[in-house]
Amino acid sequence: MLRDITIGQYYPVDSVIHRLDPRTKLMAAMLYILSLFVFRGWAGFAAVTLGLVLVIVLSRVPFGYMVRGLKAVVVILVLTVLFNLFLTPGETLAEFWKLRITWEGLKNAGFMAVRLTYLILGSSVLTLTTTPNQLTDGMEKALGPFNRLHIPVHEISMMMSIALRFIPILIEETDKIMKAQLARGADFESGNLIKKAKSMVPLLVPLFISAFRRANDLAMAMEARCYHGGEGRTKMKPLRYKRADIAAYLLSAGYFAGVVALRIIW
Amino acid sequence: MNFIEARKLVHEYIRRDEEDNVESILTALDQVDLDVKQGEFIAVLGHNGSGKSTLAKHLNVLLTASGGTLWVDGKDTANADNLWAIRQNTGMVFQNPDNQIIASVVEEDVAFGPENIGVPTPEIWKRVEHSLKSVGMIKYREHSPNKLSGGQKQRIAIAGVLAMEPQCIVLDEPTAMLDPNGRREVLEAVEQLNKEKGITVILITHYMEEVIHADRVYVMDNGKVVMQGSPRSLFSQVDTLKSYRLDVPQITLLAYELRKAGLDIPEGILTRQELVEALCQLY
Repeated sequence: MLRDITIGQYYPVDSVIHRLDPRTKLMAAMLYILSLFVFRGWAGFAAVTLGLVLVIVLSRVPFGYMVRGLKAVVVILVLTVLFNLFLTPGETLAEFWKLRITWEGLKNAGFMAVRLTYLILGSSVLTLTTTPNQLTDGMEKALGPFNRLHIPVHEISMMMSIALRFIPILIEETDKIMKAQLARGADFESGNLIKKAKSMVPLLVPLFISAFRRANDLAMAMEARCYHGGEGRTKMKPLRYKRADIAAYLLSAGYFAGVVALRIIW
Repeated sequence: MNFIEARKLVHEYIRRDEEDNVESILTALDQVDLDVKQGEFIAVLGHNGSGKSTLAKHLNVLLTASGGTLWVDGKDTANADNLWAIRQNTGMVFQNPDNQIIASVVEEDVAFGPENIGVPTPEIWKRVEHSLKSVGMIKYREHSPNKLSGGQKQRIAIAGVLAMEPQCIVLDEPTAMLDPNGRREVLEAVEQLNKEKGITVILITHYMEEVIHADRVYVMDNGKVVMQGSPRSLFSQVDTLKSYRLDVPQITLLAYELRKAGLDIPEGILTRQELVEALCQLY
């Protein structure tokens, strides 16, 4: 179950999207997410779907691999849909017990589900096609001006890239601890929510201890390799915009303008 | 002057209580003398808690001495100005392969060291390619380290150190978490670096089999260097080794027992081949 989280998991294939500058991809992803909240009606829906499908096809990441990332948010998805379905006032479509489904509620729920799904898929494209290091490099560069405000941009981005690198390792570790506890009779499945939460304690304590130990080891290994902050550091892959990036910027700006225009016209 | 020279090196782990009073002192290194020449392959043996990892951390200035002196490549480790020069010059590979890989792509991890010391971009690419080739991992350069085996991860860690172009590599139990195949891979890579590139190797381990190819072996116990010499001279003293809770390789043990039982074979046999030859000489 824990292995299904694909956020932060780079999918190594070579594609147009993979080769784009991370800053471009960040900006495009932001525009895409914005467009998800701007669009309205079927034409807008068609536009955001088309945009997503196009990018997924171009990224050459198998669709099945991408969809797995959705499993982690199924609960949120279902909750949002239910709230929208039952709590939107309007023309009654069906009524039973104290619950009322309205036509507006149905529509809202549908679009909200689409929005959330596309949001996850869209940001998965970003994380699947960009190595965490590129991603944080992109953020470091894009947020560079904040350095003057004494915000440690380099340190934050380094921390993020390390956190991302350790997600799969810690997940594997959780799995291992869980199995070890299960083998000794621990029960993570039965009981109510509180009981389930309590049964997580013997899981979290060893996980935290091992995470601290790993952090200590890693800090030592980084120091041994001469890490001393962002000062005087060079890059193996310095960020440089290429022609494809300009095209991507123009395309995503065009796309966003299109979605906005559709909303205004419709 | 030798490449590494330690004189009466002492390291104490001091545990203090809340009022900063000393609660207990653990002497991890006790008057250690160490001499390593450029290009040598040195092994440091010892069971858990013998101080061998503490010694390794001194060579990279991750720890500094409580007493005594340590020079690496003519630089005094007590002088903070030498810190980065020494760390660049003596690379370090740790035990757990997962906890020393920083990046999520092999080549970016290898580039981490050179990036830190400010190597220009085109030169980084050259070094990364070169180091990955020398450990035989070039075809994995764009892979994620998570999907590699332990031996492969350790070789990447070695490549990451190599990319800083050090004169010396210190390996702190690099094979402790690996399966036999992984161990062989890592040791072969290390031996090759020592022979072909003349890189000084200091291998910290508790596996006796791994020290057979070393030029010299130090045995540590309780923070002290208790034995030193060639692997052959060491392995002829089976009883002394056993008293330091070290296991002798099977072949050596067999030869030792045969000799004790009265067979006329030489002391300190290290390989199966040698034993076969020695036995054939008898009849």
